[in-house]
Amino acid sequence: MMGLAILISMTVTAQQVEEDSLQSVNLNEVILVSSNRLNHQKTEKPLAGLDAFLESSRNVSMVKRGAYAWEPAMNGMASERLSVTIDGMQIFGACTDKMDPITSYVDVSNLDEIQIASGQEGAAYGNSIGGAINLKTNAANYVKKGWSGTLGSSYESNNNLKVANGKVNYGSERFFINLQGLYRKAYEYAAGNNEKVQFSQYEKYNAFLNSGYKLSDSKQIGLSFIYDEAVDVGYPALPMDVSLARAFIGSVNYSQDSLFNRLDTWESKIYYNNITHVMDDTTRPDVLIHMDMPGESETFGAYSQAYLKSGANRFFFKLDGYHNRSYAEMTMYPPNPGEEPMFMLTWPDVHTYNVGLYAEDKISFGMDFLKLGMRLGYHKNSVASNFGYNSLKIFYPEMERENSRILKSFSAIYHKMLGDFHIEGGLSYGERAPSVSEGYGFYLFNSFDGFDYIGNPNLSTEASNEVNVSVSYKRPLFEVALAGNFFHISDYIIGKTNSELSPMTLGGAGVKVYENLDYARLMNVSLNGNYSFSSSLSWSGNISYHYGKDNDGNNLPLIAPISYRSALNYFKNQYSASINIQGAGKHSEFSSYYGETGAAAYLLLNAAVGKRFFIDDDDLYVKAGVENIFDTYYVSYADWNNIPRMGRNIHVTVSYSFN
Amino acid sequence: MKNIKYLFTLLLFIGITTSCSEDDDSVVNSNPLDGLHKVYEFQQPEHRVELYSEKPHLEVGFNELYLRFYDKTSQQYLTSVNATWNPEMHMGTHAHGAPFSEIKITADPSIYSGFIIFQMPGDDHHYWELSLLYEIEGNVFEFTEKITVLNPTNNLVTTQSFTGTDDTHYVLAMAAPKNPQVAINDMEAYLYKMEDMMTFSVVENYQILIDPRMPSMGNHSSPNNEHLTYRADAKSYQGKLSLTMTGYWKINLKVVNAQNEVLKGEDITDENISSSIYFELEF
Repeated sequence: MMGLAILISMTVTAQQVEEDSLQSVNLNEVILVSSNRLNHQKTEKPLAGLDAFLESSRNVSMVKRGAYAWEPAMNGMASERLSVTIDGMQIFGACTDKMDPITSYVDVSNLDEIQIASGQEGAAYGNSIGGAINLKTNAANYVKKGWSGTLGSSYESNNNLKVANGKVNYGSERFFINLQGLYRKAYEYAAGNNEKVQFSQYEKYNAFLNSGYKLSDSKQIGLSFIYDEAVDVGYPALPMDVSLARAFIGSVNYSQDSLFNRLDTWESKIYYNNITHVMDDTTRPDVLIHMDMPGESETFGAYSQAYLKSGANRFFFKLDGYHNRSYAEMTMYPPNPGEEPMFMLTWPDVHTYNVGLYAEDKISFGMDFLKLGMRLGYHKNSVASNFGYNSLKIFYPEMERENSRILKSFSAIYHKMLGDFHIEGGLSYGERAPSVSEGYGFYLFNSFDGFDYIGNPNLSTEASNEVNVSVSYKRPLFEVALAGNFFHISDYIIGKTNSELSPMTLGGAGVKVYENLDYARLMNVSLNGNYSFSSSLSWSGNISYHYGKDNDGNNLPLIAPISYRSALNYFKNQYSASINIQGAGKHSEFSSYYGETGAAAYLLLNAAVGKRFFIDDDDLYVKAGVENIFDTYYVSYADWNNIPRMGRNIHVTVSYSFN
Repeated sequence: MKNIKYLFTLLLFIGITTSCSEDDDSVVNSNPLDGLHKVYEFQQPEHRVELYSEKPHLEVGFNELYLRFYDKTSQQYLTSVNATWNPEMHMGTHAHGAPFSEIKITADPSIYSGFIIFQMPGDDHHYWELSLLYEIEGNVFEFTEKITVLNPTNNLVTTQSFTGTDDTHYVLAMAAPKNPQVAINDMEAYLYKMEDMMTFSVVENYQILIDPRMPSMGNHSSPNNEHLTYRADAKSYQGKLSLTMTGYWKINLKVVNAQNEVLKGEDITDENISSSIYFELEF
């Protein structure tokens, strides 16, 4: 997977500058997370979890079921409508209840940046409706610098979180290796009323290896491996916790500067990942029925990509494919020990095959450009387990074992500069296949609305028609951008009550079956601004509005209310300081059909200070701050079952780098 | 050239990972008695009559039985036998019979099959006897032997004897599914009317309504069940039974006559969690 990092080296750095200037116009975004020294100073909590970094993004919001493994959402759409990849690798969670988004299987210390692409601009990474989030791991480092390393540690007062992190790098002109280890342990946190939120603890181990070797000046081969394990993870919003969530993520990549003398930056990668997820309710009191729910997800994949420059055109081609196997089961133990355990396959060993070709052409006209993108993919699902196939046939007697479809995506973006104004408009169309749960889930309990969900193998392909527009005004010290997008999603997939079906879960409210709505419409508008008072003091602010309704005018679930944030940053010599507010309006456009009850408006105040010290050739960073200074009790729209967020929290990070 | 090779390898890899499937169900069973239990061997002067069952014992409920007639003289199994049987329960001062089928020849001419539905087990004071009358090339043979009928080892209810609202006594027994699966199972039951203590006749054109439930799961039920209707060819009632998970299932029953009158059984509601007649399954 390091491959991608290697690829990015030369050519893309040049591009970066160009793309950077677009970021505030576009809904696209790159969050820098690398723990290099510059960022350490700019980042509020350098060893914070990845979830916190994602949450700091303008475009991504996090659906929370506890303190760990938040689920990213973007443009009002979560996992099944997003493509979330790690260095371009497809990975799929192994939990039927979305307790393990892909972002929970890496650590922030593994990453350089998070690349966020809205809508069909994410099509290069895979089929999606809402957009793509690519977690880019630490880049290659062919620098002749020998051994270097970092030791870091951080502590947070609220949940007694302890983080320890160590890194060792070796770099030469032809070879580099990067090894990391990380450990986090958090206890239950306290909400604003100083009440413990039960079952919000977690513990995580992460190891990361990234290595590259230059076969010649223009050819390199790389290897990357992530091991991530979380144990004793509490989910206060859910009836079960997790005793083990483990991922092996590995890849080998090859890249060379040119191909056939025409294409450049050719990169290919083969990858494999395996995820095991074990839910556990043995620590919960008053369990109606004890159950085991292990799940497994395994993915093989490969891709190959290259660029082609021809006059004003810059083409990008990518061929990719993967095979995923998703399997999950549930065993319930009746209170009467003489009775046989109750067993079912909640994911019936679903095999997914996906092959796609992505092509893009960016045509420049002086300072303006037109970007055309296209993805054509073949997607096939197949139920491998006879047991699971027969189980689903209870609901769909005519069901076929296999189901295939063609997935298409087209997009066109035009960017124009008019003096200090940048104007950009885009039109796009994209499709996605139903997720494993949507297509083949078997009695998946959703603790939010209290319904059991049944997959539907006969779902149509969901298709999105998207318009996006942005206008920005840029001056050297001042910048303001207004951006908006609108999605008309036909055959929108969502669960609908089937009152003829009897719930499986004890105390369950009923059964919902995934169906295609005629359509749903979502809209997102944001206004961003920043101003530099001086070279050391700057202000930034952001406010956003979101809308999501189905074809009957009912609210869609998990659509954010008006949200805003504003920050003052000071950065001089080796000192840094920041003070920021974040808040949201009342969540009044909620969906009671999906279990939402609305959330009150809230406003939080956070502050942090930092200092860098030099000790001979080495560096020492100290960073400290307070979050939720007024210990506000609050619940956001994205908190499942209205579990309150963390109250006042003091954090300290110390990091030492030797060179 | 090298580049093409790399690209080719990659394409091949994608090809391989996207094209595999497996098929694996084709087991041919040669011996039709395989998997059956020999429950009795009746020694007669000229013959040995072997009685096989799918279960290790004769049990209360539906018993699918197989017979073989061994000729001691020719030392071969006989292939043209006409046989009838009669089970009888002796209870001190009185006796009664049990529903049973005819004995028919199977695809293997040396093997005969039929079923008996025992309504109750035997014990020290009450016992079952089986009379067998068979004819071979014009010669008639007959014997009566005491047999042991046990309650099923799992104690599950698979047969019901009841008096309907029409004051008729009925016997209802489940014959299938024998190996229930998490699937839509074929379900089969036999319904007999007691004409007198010794005579049971097949009831035609009634309906047996089923409502499968899991008492341990808050009386969870399943979709796409089909009530059992009469099939004249099999003289049995057949329908579909959906089981959404393994475990213990109670199949609540209602027996409805041709005029759509409920003779026995009640609807399942939040208040009434079980019908007065039901079958049980556990797997």
